[in-house]
Amino acid sequence: MGGQWVQFLAGGLTAGAIYALVALGFSIIFNASRVINFAQGEFVMIGAMSAVSLVATGTPMPVAIAGAVLIAGVVGLMLERFAIGRARNADVVTLIIITIGASIFLRGLAQLVWDKRIHALPPLSGDEPIELFGATIVPQSLWVLGVTIAIVVALSWFFNRTLLGKAMLATSYNRFAAQLVGIDVRTVLFASFGLAAALGAIAGVLIAPITFTSYDAGIMLGLKGFAAAILGGLGSFPGAIVGGLVLGLLESLGAGYLSSAYKDVIAFVIILAVLFVRPDGILGALKSERV
Amino acid sequence: MKFTGSARTAFGLAATVLASALIGSGTVAAQEPIRIGSFLAVTGPASFLGDPEQKTLEMYVERINAAGGILGRKLQLFAYDSGGDAEKARTFAKRLIEQDKVDLIVGGSTTGETMAAVPLVEQAQVPFISLAGAVVIIEPVKKWVFKTPHTDRMACEKIFTDMNARKLSKLALISGAGGFDRSMRGECLKVAPKYGVEVVADESYGAADTDMTAQLTKIKGAPGVQAVLNAGFGQGPAIVTKNFAQIGLGLPLYQSHGVASKEFIKLAGNAAEGVRLPAAALLVGDILPDGNPQKPVVVAYRKDYEARHKSDVSTFGGHAYDGLMIAIEAIKRAGSTDRAKVRDEIEKTKGYVGTGGVVNMSPTDHMGLDLSAFQMLEIRNGNWTLVK
Repeated sequence: MGGQWVQFLAGGLTAGAIYALVALGFSIIFNASRVINFAQGEFVMIGAMSAVSLVATGTPMPVAIAGAVLIAGVVGLMLERFAIGRARNADVVTLIIITIGASIFLRGLAQLVWDKRIHALPPLSGDEPIELFGATIVPQSLWVLGVTIAIVVALSWFFNRTLLGKAMLATSYNRFAAQLVGIDVRTVLFASFGLAAALGAIAGVLIAPITFTSYDAGIMLGLKGFAAAILGGLGSFPGAIVGGLVLGLLESLGAGYLSSAYKDVIAFVIILAVLFVRPDGILGALKSERV
Repeated sequence: MKFTGSARTAFGLAATVLASALIGSGTVAAQEPIRIGSFLAVTGPASFLGDPEQKTLEMYVERINAAGGILGRKLQLFAYDSGGDAEKARTFAKRLIEQDKVDLIVGGSTTGETMAAVPLVEQAQVPFISLAGAVVIIEPVKKWVFKTPHTDRMACEKIFTDMNARKLSKLALISGAGGFDRSMRGECLKVAPKYGVEVVADESYGAADTDMTAQLTKIKGAPGVQAVLNAGFGQGPAIVTKNFAQIGLGLPLYQSHGVASKEFIKLAGNAAEGVRLPAAALLVGDILPDGNPQKPVVVAYRKDYEARHKSDVSTFGGHAYDGLMIAIEAIKRAGSTDRAKVRDEIEKTKGYVGTGGVVNMSPTDHMGLDLSAFQMLEIRNGNWTLVK
């Protein structure tokens, strides 16, 4: 079958773009605070679930998406205000543990607010498969890939051209120095959670038609996104994209040519391997300046 | 002091004697209730099983009591939430037996919970009707343990029977990593040779996998493959079904009874068209032919459940219904709640028509269902149709 590997590639790219979107959220918060936000997967879930319930009430799709992004963004801001911000002088490890607690809390909350069932969102432009070079993909995959690229462009504009973006970047390089030159580090942290949550929600809304969603959908997505972020180098946006795509491709090719039983193992072997061999990831900055 | 104390004792004794004399004179209402124990996964990952089961038990215990109870005695339900945890289930089973002193147990949403309680009920000699699926519960036969749901082996056999009828023999299996999925995969592999079915591919996917195109592409390339069977429940089968349509395999796709709910059709959308699966009569009560003995039972249960709980009926609640009814019939026939007698009567259950099928138990078969308990369904226009 000559077309087989093309199909593996197509599947891998779709999954990879999903992981990349989640990984971007990890990087934004990591940059602003050195915290790995383990509630990132829950932001994705909240976005998707909000969109599902908005669509169920008859809201048109674009409004539902905007609403879902808004809801998740507010949840992200509240998480920073009531949990992370209050402990901002604590160790990074403490903050990371707080995000783990927050993720469990959000999952429990989602069970109460929504339900424990699995939901699907209607795709943005039908589900008639498209043939490409002997492989088939659903139009939604193109949406995921396209929006991922658009978000990367928007983010690089935001971080290089706007004051808040530059402030975030400055904080990521040196928090203390940033504070000295008058950057309100507190606001940067606040904004980064809102941004990461909104980004997570966009990912959630885009992928829900392909992968479905439920209150616990965030766990695996969060872990895979984390693996992608580690692989590409935490804090690096191009790294998040590359990490996500490489992870998706490895998983798909691994499932295709090795054994499908090991598909999930691949992500975690990658985390371990990268942490052993190249702790800063493929595109991670070498931290010589911090010595 | 001493004098007063013994006077009090004497008075107490007199009161007790008087009271027991009154009861002895025979007021039925004051009789001990029949104590029915249950432990179910009402919360946690298996809550979709335990929740309707508990609702069903509560609803029918209430109803039977309103109608005067059994043998002139009311029913009392002792139900605990195991959260799907086998260790908790074991603790609750112990509590039911030792503290609540139940006459019998109807419960155990999952195979894990059930198997954790089996040694306890065997030792304490309490009749136990399990609501879980796997064959291991009744095979080998355990003296005090029964079950109401059909097994995954029967689902495999039903599917293979249908394949034989369609003259398909080369099958590709794709299954999830969950307990249900793997158990069904194992049973299918075991019984396939009996039906002349050759398994030419055997793929799997993880519990939270979001893309199965790689596995399905591999299946597409398997030599001579004629049909695909997906053993699993939850979101996995819906994604498999969607990917299956995306890749355009163009083969018959079978799903398991694990996804026999409207939710599956909703999730998989158009891709679900033409998918076949075995399912209990309960789901398709309204399209069963009029002569079907199960029709009145399943239609009535469905009406009761949906009117009371305002949510769709599920086969799992039906298993609890069957368990409770089999137990009650047995108690009626035994004329008492003597555990040994009740056990013997449960084993003698013959021709009981329940939501899961027609039950004919025997000393060697503590489930009592045959393949007619399953209906082969095909999804057409977003709805179930019976395959003749």
